Amino acid sequence: MPEKQQTPFALTNCHLIDPTTNLDEMGAILIEDGKIKAVGREVAANLPSDILRIDGGGKIAAPGLVDMHVTTGEPGAEHRETLKSVSRAAAAGGVTSIATMPDTDPVIDDIALVDFIKRRARDTAKVHVHPYAAMTRGLSGKEMTEIGLMLEAGAVALTNGRKAITNAQIMRRVMMYARDFDALVVHHPEDPDLVGNGVMNLGETSTRLGLPGIPAEAETIMVARDIRLAQLTGCRYHASQISCAESLDIIRRAKEKGFDVTCGVSINHLTLNENDIGLYRTFYKMSPPLRSEDERLAMIEGVADGTIDVIVSAHDPQDVDTKRHPFAECADGAVGLETFLAAGLRMVHSEQLTISQLINAMSSTPASLLGLDAGSLKVGSAADIILFDADYPWLVDREDLSSRSKNTAFHQARFSGKVLQTYVAGQQVHHYSQ
Amino acid sequence: MDFPHRHLLGIAGLNHLEITALLDKAEEAVKVSQQTEKKKAVLKGRTQINLFFEASTRTQSSFELAGKRLGADVMNMAVKNSAVSKGETLLDTALTLNAMHPDILVVRHAAAGAPQLLARKVGCAVINAGDGAHEHPTQALLDALTIRRHKGSIQNLVVAICGDILHSRVARSNIILLNAMGAEVRLIAPSTLLPADVEALGVKVFRDMRKGLDGTDVVMMLRLQLERMSGAFVPSVREYFHFYGLDEDKLQNASEDAIVMHPGPMNRGVEIDSSVADSGRSVIREQVEMGVAVRMAVIETLAENACKFNDKGE
Repeated sequence: MPEKQQTPFALTNCHLIDPTTNLDEMGAILIEDGKIKAVGREVAANLPSDILRIDGGGKIAAPGLVDMHVTTGEPGAEHRETLKSVSRAAAAGGVTSIATMPDTDPVIDDIALVDFIKRRARDTAKVHVHPYAAMTRGLSGKEMTEIGLMLEAGAVALTNGRKAITNAQIMRRVMMYARDFDALVVHHPEDPDLVGNGVMNLGETSTRLGLPGIPAEAETIMVARDIRLAQLTGCRYHASQISCAESLDIIRRAKEKGFDVTCGVSINHLTLNENDIGLYRTFYKMSPPLRSEDERLAMIEGVADGTIDVIVSAHDPQDVDTKRHPFAECADGAVGLETFLAAGLRMVHSEQLTISQLINAMSSTPASLLGLDAGSLKVGSAADIILFDADYPWLVDREDLSSRSKNTAFHQARFSGKVLQTYVAGQQVHHYSQ
Repeated sequence: MDFPHRHLLGIAGLNHLEITALLDKAEEAVKVSQQTEKKKAVLKGRTQINLFFEASTRTQSSFELAGKRLGADVMNMAVKNSAVSKGETLLDTALTLNAMHPDILVVRHAAAGAPQLLARKVGCAVINAGDGAHEHPTQALLDALTIRRHKGSIQNLVVAICGDILHSRVARSNIILLNAMGAEVRLIAPSTLLPADVEALGVKVFRDMRKGLDGTDVVMMLRLQLERMSGAFVPSVREYFHFYGLDEDKLQNASEDAIVMHPGPMNRGVEIDSSVADSGRSVIREQVEMGVAVRMAVIETLAENACKFNDKGE
């Protein structure tokens, strides 16, 4: 983490967007000791004359993004991604807080490992890093980890990573126990038996490609089960990534009944569909799989109407060892931190979401679910701020990515919108020079 | 007829004219194979490598014979026993092969899309000899040639494909080819052995074999892998044969002059009764003969084409 900047400064001439206060106006932000000291239209006029001013050029200043789903390679696969390289990618993408998945080698299932991540992040990362703790040892889905101790050691929430816990009794116990700590349980709702040897969405495209398909029910059945267990246990449940309209219906009904359940969707499932796989392009192999165009549109609607709470990058660095194989034999996942906001802005430009809705789902809501001091421009909040040009045109080249792995699903994509400056606790950690 | 493709990775992407051109060329190759002197010298000095990641006797020997009859030097690589088992990736293998400067690479792999991946990385023509449950284009071409020799034309014929469509690359290639040539394609299988939304490929689906066979001109049987019994696809050989095995009785529903085909190897008593397989309506042995001819046509066409493309296949 960067040291706190001592001299106060102001970001002036910005279009301020803050979903937590419904702020949407031109103004300035005064930053002191890593915190937001003042914000709004009146700030610029009342600044001391000798203060350092950074002209925002009329671009948008918003809370830094909070990404609830980031996989790194540290420890165990540092050639794919370290906490240092992932934080560089995050800063470039305007992401100021990341929650890191426990799917590392070894799995983050012990207090010493939670501590390891926090120490490595403190020493090497330039954004806030919040480790998840594994809910079961080795993510095996069998034996509960020392949940309470790991939460005390600073784990941000609980998850079983890429693997779903199939045994409903184990899941029930973990959720019950987690409730006592008011911990958020983040689950990957995908039934591995129904997935079977499936590698993409089940349907005409999988039939044409001769690839085994994954039915939507692999997800919906698990979402429905989890919600019933959440109801039984009173646990705070979050479905980490959903991909089907049917899951949305189940979650919508649960929310109407007042259950404490939330869900997320990856930026990939909002902007890509199964047709992007083309002739076996492995960077589009993901879990859950990319679905049909109808499902994609339903996901966007879900974000717009608030059924989907959170958008994640699902950043998952993979390299040639795991991606340059025939489609079915490849690892899942794509990197996404650096294209996160730009891809999200596509939905703003096409008027499916407002910019405030986007920032809310990418920053304010995940921050509040994880209990972080982030996702807001309120006075007194941490000065995690991004300045971005929502219309800046650019072309993605995977070789330009800061991430150690180049497995982006957006190579050669044309985007409108680029992060110009990123501040973490008042410290500039990224500056894009045009 | 110009054949504007560098590789043969599937039937998808070929139009009826290109398919017809390959079949016409194969027709000439049939003559070569029936002469006493079976060798042409058109591919003298060219190298063909058969890269089989999946065991195969028939297809591999058919490709080998085809290459040799054209005069090419043919090398078989049984990859199962080589570097792949030591952790070498498909692309490493491709780079190794590239260094040997082959002109034709024939690939079979258990994973759909593997030939596509190789084709992007090697500097020669790639022929898909079967990839997962995706495509097996030369099988569809040899089936088409066999049908054409018996029926004169493929257009407007009613063709039923029966059995394990789900796991079959032969079925997919045949569905695409037969549709491109204007035939009516029917599928006959239990729902557990049908791919999702298969109707979108332009077929009519039947669960009742007798109804499905009604008035068909061609009956194509597919092999049922016996390990399918364990994955809850079908309960038993006995039950499968009862509903989906082709016997004299069910064949009565087809046209009087219907022909019976099978890509081999057959499971007698599972998907086909011996009395049908060995009957006068069966053209199964002829399919094998057409296999060599079709592969000769494909290899020769792609080898002749090679000079039109640079190393990037553009």
